[in-house]
Amino acid sequence: MSSDQPRDSIKGTSDPLTATREDRMGEGVDSRFNSKLREAFGSTPFILTKFDKFMNWVRGSSMFMLQFGIACCSIEMMHTYAVKHDLDRFGSGVPRASPRQADVMIVPGTIVSKFAPRMKRVYDQMPEPKFVVNMGNCSTSGGPFQEGYNVVKGAEEVIPVDIHVPGCPPRPEALVYGVAKLQERVANGESSPVTVKPYELEQFGDLERDEMVEKMAEDIDEETLVMRYNWADSP
Amino acid sequence: MSTQKESDAGADAPATTGGLDGDDIEALLGEHVLDREEHNNAPAFVVRADAVQDVLSTLKEEAGFDHLSCVTAEEHEDRFESIYHLKQYDDPTEEVSVVVPTSREEPVSQTAEPVFRAADWHEREAYDLVGVNYEGHPNHERILLPDTWQGHPLGLDYNQDKPQIVTFEENKNPLEGHQRGAEDSDTMYLNVGPHHPATHGVLHVETVLDGEQIADVSPDIGYLHRCEEQMAQKGTYRYQIMPYPDRWDYGPGGIINEWAYARAAEDLADIEVPEYAQVIRTMGSEMCRIACHMLALGTFCLDIYGDFTAIFMYAMRDREEVQNLLEDLTGQRMMFNYLRLGGVVWDIPEPREEYFEKVRDFLDGLPGKLDEYNDLITDNEVFQSRTVDTGYLDPEVAKDYGVTGPVARASGVDYDIRRDDPYGYYDELDWDVVTEDGGDNYARLLVRMREVEQSARIIEQCVDLLEDWPEEDREIQANVPRTLKPDAGTETYKTVEGAKGELGIYIRADGTEKPGRFKIKSPAFCNLAALQEMATGEYIPDLIATLGSLDVILGEVDR
Repeated sequence: MSSDQPRDSIKGTSDPLTATREDRMGEGVDSRFNSKLREAFGSTPFILTKFDKFMNWVRGSSMFMLQFGIACCSIEMMHTYAVKHDLDRFGSGVPRASPRQADVMIVPGTIVSKFAPRMKRVYDQMPEPKFVVNMGNCSTSGGPFQEGYNVVKGAEEVIPVDIHVPGCPPRPEALVYGVAKLQERVANGESSPVTVKPYELEQFGDLERDEMVEKMAEDIDEETLVMRYNWADSP
Repeated sequence: MSTQKESDAGADAPATTGGLDGDDIEALLGEHVLDREEHNNAPAFVVRADAVQDVLSTLKEEAGFDHLSCVTAEEHEDRFESIYHLKQYDDPTEEVSVVVPTSREEPVSQTAEPVFRAADWHEREAYDLVGVNYEGHPNHERILLPDTWQGHPLGLDYNQDKPQIVTFEENKNPLEGHQRGAEDSDTMYLNVGPHHPATHGVLHVETVLDGEQIADVSPDIGYLHRCEEQMAQKGTYRYQIMPYPDRWDYGPGGIINEWAYARAAEDLADIEVPEYAQVIRTMGSEMCRIACHMLALGTFCLDIYGDFTAIFMYAMRDREEVQNLLEDLTGQRMMFNYLRLGGVVWDIPEPREEYFEKVRDFLDGLPGKLDEYNDLITDNEVFQSRTVDTGYLDPEVAKDYGVTGPVARASGVDYDIRRDDPYGYYDELDWDVVTEDGGDNYARLLVRMREVEQSARIIEQCVDLLEDWPEEDREIQANVPRTLKPDAGTETYKTVEGAKGELGIYIRADGTEKPGRFKIKSPAFCNLAALQEMATGEYIPDLIATLGSLDVILGEVDR
C-alpha cells in the first residue's frame, strides 16, 4: 500500500493506524452506524411521530438551567450541579449565566419585596417555552419567614410555577427528582397554565386611589411600573 | 486604592490604656454622661443626642476604643434609643456601650459617621428599620427596604397588614449633577446584579466607570432582607429562635451562628454549659468553618476563572465530605438546629468509634487536598497575577469600617474572638490565629486556606478529647427551665467568631419569654461596606475578584 510508505510529513509508518481502523470497522459491510436505537427502529431508519411530540421529547431531554442563586437553597443547588449529584447526567446540566440562554429557572430561596420585580424581569427575559421549578419552602409559601413584613408569600405570586420541591432546603436528590419530574411533564407536553397574578406589575397611575397611592402620587411617575403587595390578602 | 502603602500605622496606634473600668471612663467623659447603666457585657453611658461625636471620639482617641462593633436602635414606650457598642481591636473584652436616647416626637440623633466609617451603614439600617434619624449623616436613606416603603417595621406602631408599593424603575444614573467629573471625562454607569453570577446571591453593585477603571462603587443591599430580627423577636428563647440562626450565614456556618445566639442568651439567662457539650460545639463549629471556607474558595475561583471548572468541583467535593460528617452529627445537611441553650441536642452518633474514624479519615486526607489546591490556585502564576496587589485594604481603613474575620486578618489586623474573648473550649486547645500582611485578594484567600488547616487541628484535638471522655461525665445539656424569662431590662451584646468575622447578638429582655429587641450584627455587612475602599481605582475584573474574596453571604448581609 502506498500509504504504508513514509512521506515527508509523516515520520514513520502509518500502518498501525490503518490496522486499528480496519479492526474497528470489522469485516464486510460498514456497520459503524448501527446502534441500539437503530435496531429498535427495525428495518427502516425512519420514525413516524407527531412533530409536537418529537419537539416535546427534545425539549425535555435538553434543558438549560438559569444560574440563579437567591438564598440558602442555592448552596444545595450548587451541590446538585457539582460532583456526586451531577444534574448533567439527566440532560439538564450546565447552568447558563444569561436568562436569554435558559429554559428553566430554579427559584432557590426567599423572595422579598425588593427582589420580586427583578425576578419577574429575569423571568420575562427568558425565551419561550420556559419553565420554573420552585426549590424549597420559601419560594413555595414564604417558608419559615412567611410572617415577615418584607417576604413575598411564594414565587407563585409573581411568576407561574411548574414544580414545587419542598424542603428547607431540599436535599440535592430531591431537586434532581423535581427536575426529572419537570422533564417528564415537558416531554408529555404539559406545563403550568399562565394565569394573571394578583400582584402582576401595574402602572402606578392605574392603581386604585387609596391612602397609600395618594401619599406617594407626588413622588412616583404615573408611567412607572410598580408591584403592589397586599400583605393582608396574601395566603 | 490599589497601591500598597507602607503601613507603619500599627506601631503608633493609640496606646491602649488597658483595664479601664467604668468609673475611669465616666471620669473621662465628664459632663457628657447623663446616666449610667450596666449591661451584662459592659458598662453603658447615657449621653445627650447632640454629643455623640464628642463622646465617641473621646473614647476612640483617649481610651483606645477603636472598634465600633455594632449600632442597635430600638423603640421604647417613651423614647427611641441608639446604642453604640464599642470594643478595642487589641482586646475585645474591653467593651463599652454608649446609649443615646431621643424623644418619640423628634427622634433625631447626631451621626457617628465622621468618627467611625462603620456607623454609615449601621445608622442607615437603624433609620430604615426603627426610624431614628441621624443628623449630619452623609447618605441618610433606606438601606434594606425599598425606597418607597412606608413606615419603619421594627417600630412599635407599625402595621404589617398595610399594603406596600415597590417601583420597578430603571436605576437612575447617579452621574447626573455633582458626581460627574470634568466635561471631557467619559464616565459610564454599570449595574452589577442583583441577578449576576458573580455577586454570590442577590447583591446589586452600582458601579461608575471612568474608562476601564472604577470611579465609584456602591453596594445596594436588601434583596434578601427576610426579617430575621422580627422572626427572632417573635420566638421564645428556649426553642423557637434557634432554627433561624442557621439561615443567616448559610455557607453553612449553621453551628457558629447558633452559637452566637446561644452565647448571648446563655449570658442573659445565666446558664452554665457543660464542658463536654462545649467540646462538641467547638468541633461542630470548626467543621462549619471548613465548609464555609471551601465554599469561599470554590466560588472565588469560579469568579476568577469564570466557569464551573476543576477547582469549583474539588471544593464542592470536599464540602460534601464535611457536610456528610455534619449530617451524621446533627441529622441535617445545612440547617442543623443542633445547639440548645445550655448544650447540644444530642451526643455524638453511635457507634462513636466509627464516627471518630470518619472524622479522622477526613482530617488525614485534608493535607493532601490542600496541597492540591495550592498547586492549582496559590502557586498558579495566572491566578497570582489576577489577585496579588488587587483589592488592597489598609489595616487602619479596615478598623475604621469595623471589618473583622479573614478579611481583617489578611490586612494584618490580629483579631480573632476565639482567642481574644475566648468561649467554648478554644482557650484549652492548641491552635494559631492566621494573619497575612498582604491586604489584597491573594492574602484573603491564603488566610482562608491556612485557617482550614487550623480548624483541622482544632477538630483533631476535639476528637481526641471526646474519645477519652469518661462515659459517666458525658453531659450534653445543662438543666435549663422549660420557659426562660430573663429579668426585664437586662441587656447583653455577645460576639463569636463566625466564618466571615465577628458575629454579634444584642438582646434586651423585656420580662417575657420572647426578646424585647434582638439585633444581629453581621460581619459580612461591615466587610461589604468596605468594598468601595478596595475597589475604587481598580478594573472591573478586579472588582469581581474583590467581591469574591470578601466572601459575602447575602443572607447574613441583609438578614
